Amino acid sequence: MEEKYFGHSVLRKEGRSKVTGRAKYVDDIAFPDMIYGATVRSSVARGRIKAIRYGDGIPWKEFTIVTAADIPGKNEIALMLHDQPCLASEVINHPEEPIVLLAHPDKYLLEEARRAVQIEVEPLPAIFTIEDSLAKRVIISGEDNVFKSFLVDKGDVDAAWASADVIVEGEYRTGAQEQLYIENQGMVAIANPTDGVMVCGSLQCPYYVQKALMLVFDLPANKIRVVQAETGGGFGGKEEYPSMIAAHASLLAWKSGKRVKIIYDRAEDMVATTKRHPSRTRHRTGVTRDGKLVAMDIDLVIDGGAYATLSSVVLSRATIHAAGPYACPNVRIRSQAVATNAPPHGAFRGFGAPQSIFAIERHMDQIARAVNLTPEELRRRNFLHKDQTTATGQIIHEAVNYEGLLDRAFRESDYHAKRERFARENPGATVKRGIGFASFMHGAGFTGSGEVYLASVVEAEATSEGVVRILAASTEIGQGTNTVFSQIAADALGISFDRIEIAQPDTGAVPNSGPTVASRTSMVVGKLVEEAALGIKHTLVESGLLCDACTEDEFVRACGRYIETRGPLRSRSQYEPPPGLLWDDSTYSGDAYGTYAWAVYVAEVAVDTTTFEALVTDFVAVQEVGKVIHPVLAAGQIEGGVAQAIGMSLYENVVWCEGRMANGQMTNYIMPTAADIPPIRVFFEEHPYPFGPGGAKGIGELPMDGPAPAIVNAIENATGLSLHEIPVTPEVLMEAMTEKVVAND
Amino acid sequence: MRAYLPGYDLHAPANLSETLDLLAREPGVWQPFAGGTDLMVLLEAGKLPHKRFVSLANLAELRGIEVRHNDVILGALTTYSDVLRNSVLETEFPLLCSAARETGSIATQNRGTLGGNIINASPAADSPPALLVYDAEIELISARGSRWIPYHGFHTGYKKMMLAPDELLLRIRVPRRTIPWRQYYRKVGTRKAQAISKVCFAGAALMENGAVRDIRIALGSIAPIVLRAVKTEDALRGGKLTPENIAVARDILAREISPIDDIRSTARYRLRVAQNLLEEFLSQLVR
Amino acid sequence: MIEAVGKIEIKCTVNGEHRQVHAYPMARLLDVIREEMHLTGTKEGCGEGECGACAVLMNGAIVNSCLVPAIEADGNEIRTIEGIASGAQLHDVQEAFLECGGAQCGICTPGMVIAAVALIQRHPYPSDAEIREGLAGNLCRCTGYQKIFSAVVRACQIAGKTSPEYR
Repeated sequence: MEEKYFGHSVLRKEGRSKVTGRAKYVDDIAFPDMIYGATVRSSVARGRIKAIRYGDGIPWKEFTIVTAADIPGKNEIALMLHDQPCLASEVINHPEEPIVLLAHPDKYLLEEARRAVQIEVEPLPAIFTIEDSLAKRVIISGEDNVFKSFLVDKGDVDAAWASADVIVEGEYRTGAQEQLYIENQGMVAIANPTDGVMVCGSLQCPYYVQKALMLVFDLPANKIRVVQAETGGGFGGKEEYPSMIAAHASLLAWKSGKRVKIIYDRAEDMVATTKRHPSRTRHRTGVTRDGKLVAMDIDLVIDGGAYATLSSVVLSRATIHAAGPYACPNVRIRSQAVATNAPPHGAFRGFGAPQSIFAIERHMDQIARAVNLTPEELRRRNFLHKDQTTATGQIIHEAVNYEGLLDRAFRESDYHAKRERFARENPGATVKRGIGFASFMHGAGFTGSGEVYLASVVEAEATSEGVVRILAASTEIGQGTNTVFSQIAADALGISFDRIEIAQPDTGAVPNSGPTVASRTSMVVGKLVEEAALGIKHTLVESGLLCDACTEDEFVRACGRYIETRGPLRSRSQYEPPPGLLWDDSTYSGDAYGTYAWAVYVAEVAVDTTTFEALVTDFVAVQEVGKVIHPVLAAGQIEGGVAQAIGMSLYENVVWCEGRMANGQMTNYIMPTAADIPPIRVFFEEHPYPFGPGGAKGIGELPMDGPAPAIVNAIENATGLSLHEIPVTPEVLMEAMTEKVVAND
Repeated sequence: MRAYLPGYDLHAPANLSETLDLLAREPGVWQPFAGGTDLMVLLEAGKLPHKRFVSLANLAELRGIEVRHNDVILGALTTYSDVLRNSVLETEFPLLCSAARETGSIATQNRGTLGGNIINASPAADSPPALLVYDAEIELISARGSRWIPYHGFHTGYKKMMLAPDELLLRIRVPRRTIPWRQYYRKVGTRKAQAISKVCFAGAALMENGAVRDIRIALGSIAPIVLRAVKTEDALRGGKLTPENIAVARDILAREISPIDDIRSTARYRLRVAQNLLEEFLSQLVR
Repeated sequence: MIEAVGKIEIKCTVNGEHRQVHAYPMARLLDVIREEMHLTGTKEGCGEGECGACAVLMNGAIVNSCLVPAIEADGNEIRTIEGIASGAQLHDVQEAFLECGGAQCGICTPGMVIAAVALIQRHPYPSDAEIREGLAGNLCRCTGYQKIFSAVVRACQIAGKTSPEYR
């Protein structure tokens, strides 16, 4: 296969429409008879609904009003367990839980009406912390507040303590984080019992939405059509939540007989939709005097919010990544996802891994100090190599070279020289500087047998003009799906990039290639795109209309002739797992992922002791990714992920008040601006992964994992302060510095 | 948009006397609307209780920066971008320029006005500390006439000020100092740009033979109003800047300000940083 | 019941064309542009003047249209993202964004392009610090800003202007 496009930075497929403002996002779509929808939500965290009152002064007869009683099918949002209602009917389990839906043509009057609906609630006791949930202060879910638990048990941890010279303990916490895509959630729907339901909106997974609507409306798949509009960022925040807003818009459309548009404003989007799961990880680690890990006992808890939603899967990924890229013969990981009365937490880039990787990479720096080794020397003595096993017992078959990644990262960041220089210059300096790193990995694709379960399908279809259309449910959300798929298909067929068309993800027109999540789109679905494209050529060659080695013109002519004489020219490709992958769900052991991307990130920080502000001043990201399909897009993924993780580490603090986000505005939830982000210098290594297209591994989430521990390690280097919780805000740094000064006096 | 938009009136009189007549006829009913960068945010959040606004956009008397021999007069509608384009302000009133540069984003600076900043009376406003340090005076005008008052003392409590319901802020006056003072401005926000301040510090001092001949200190975000730290000033005035005197000043400042915990920060943080900024300012004076 | 104010007539020039619309005086210019004029390139990201997705040029200066009341558009010149290209010929900034990968999901891009155009108008030879300052009012969640900075530099190169010290 000639690589004319693969490995090159072709112009983004839909780039022109984006830079000219012509790209149509859901709020840009309007219909003449369209009405607007709004959601009335709970103001209490937990309680029993006693009554719904519709206040005076509003012409209620003009409104479409929907409550749980209007749901034709099941009042459930389909995910893992079906514990989340589409609309609360008897009980409320979190603030901002949706209860009543309203629609009206006048969106200003609609707002007045929303304010005029009073929900009378008898409050019930609620819990808001992991501790209270574990202590079962109140049981709010199931019998014990636990949505899911896992046990990973490698070797014999209990026996291994005896061979440890030093035991190091630590507890690490991460807070909630808002995805903060710049385009708020939105959906347009039209629905009636005869034609079924059609929705179009901002989403990552059209088939997830279809499945949810089938349950809510009790309709078969061929009566539910879901179309993705141009989507302004997702980051996981539009993985599962769109099912909820789609159900709401559809219910209003169903009852009103009109097209309904629901667009959240920023405040509603921030307080009511999903966030990253807060976490608490406890490490107890046995290590020999010369720094060899012999026993790792890890206790990991994530806060799932009020309903299970995707917590079990987030927990799974957090668990599998909790022990880091290290060879340790004895590892036990006990993990739980627990319920609290907050809006359910959900998918956000990294999906559990950033939380557990923060813990292990902070902990490794503590272990290093305990055995009097540098952080890098401790890593070097424990890095995973080929033929060694991970915590789940997966044998690493590739020649992973962490030493090489570390060397390169240190070279590019001038790590040793800076470390030495900062140590010299910091005493007496107002601004203290530090440098720190994290070594980590990220498994691409669905865990274990997940990809087999998804059984993804991609189709390709050629037109008589020789345009090849790729039909997949994978969505473009900024990461470059359209472009990467076009590169792969164009190279597979040996034709121009411009001859490839990516069909709009529409459940009425494309097969289910699985959700656009888990860093799987290029690696897993991209491979299917390649096969589907090759399938078109194969069909033409088999039919005698084309030689294997052909020109583009010959290809075009063959398409025309085939369609003229034989009919549609289509090809289909379905996922086949790489051979030899074995995963055991009951023991949570085996080959968790087909492959991992491996990385070492270095962060340089400046801590101003006058204002206690920490600023990231330089960032180096080195990763081995199989093959770089598109250098600009790949670097863009790393840069964007690092910036988001810098936000997670230092700026993005969700202020909670009785389960509700109190700082739900961009003024008070702080995301980094262009003035806050340092140069981010990205370097790729390539050891092709045989089962990815051209050897590519998935990379979308990798960059979210490493920055937080690297930054907090750097802050420790700069100030001597050992911080175990993110975000590290200036207020937190101030208290820690004051404590330290007092302790030293 | 969480406000019932049809319920809001924004009326733009053609000239100043029409505006003042309107305010005189219905005092307290019509609120002045300048750049809109504060009021529109409240409107969109559904948190704007007033319903009737009078736009000042047509009033030429509120625009312009006039450089005179002894002072500079700025119209109430002077935007932050206007401030940044003026070379006399850049040279002689750098703290005002620093404040303008750090207010919101450039888009905000093109619309936001000094007058709006003063009358909106947020304790976190960025320009007022600079204006206080520059001994600003403000001119208030109504159908009854106009008066100049010191800006210091204009704010009497949280969002309370010495402004009659029929009065409009017309102009701001800052006297030009013949001998240049040493000047310092630092805003500590939630991030490096486009941030609401957690602590804002403006200071200016006239040094003579290593002693403080005169000094002005003003802070934002540490009290219900933007504050001139007069007790701290008094303690420093006339003395030398020894480590002991600086430590004493830190203590006096701590007792003079009253920061709170809020959604952005804590009282303890604000207090500590305010003291640190004072010390940073004073330390720079001895170099 | 709520008292309703009448709509007013607003006459302005948008992307070089005379436009006349009716709107409530305190309606957001953003909504007038999107809904009355059907120019949907300008986006709402936050409704509080924090994200810059709604940025337009008013009389040549960048403003957040979510904070400008409709009445203030009257008699003024507005330029939206739709007016940045000259027909089929993209602006240097737009070409540069394409080349450098400055747009990922694209939702911040219209406001970011406006900000970049305004920046280069003010500083034809922008330094690194000036670029960061000029774009600090526009939030991007996808790119980490790196390729947007590159795009600004590239736009200046395309236009034949570069700062000799730019690193």
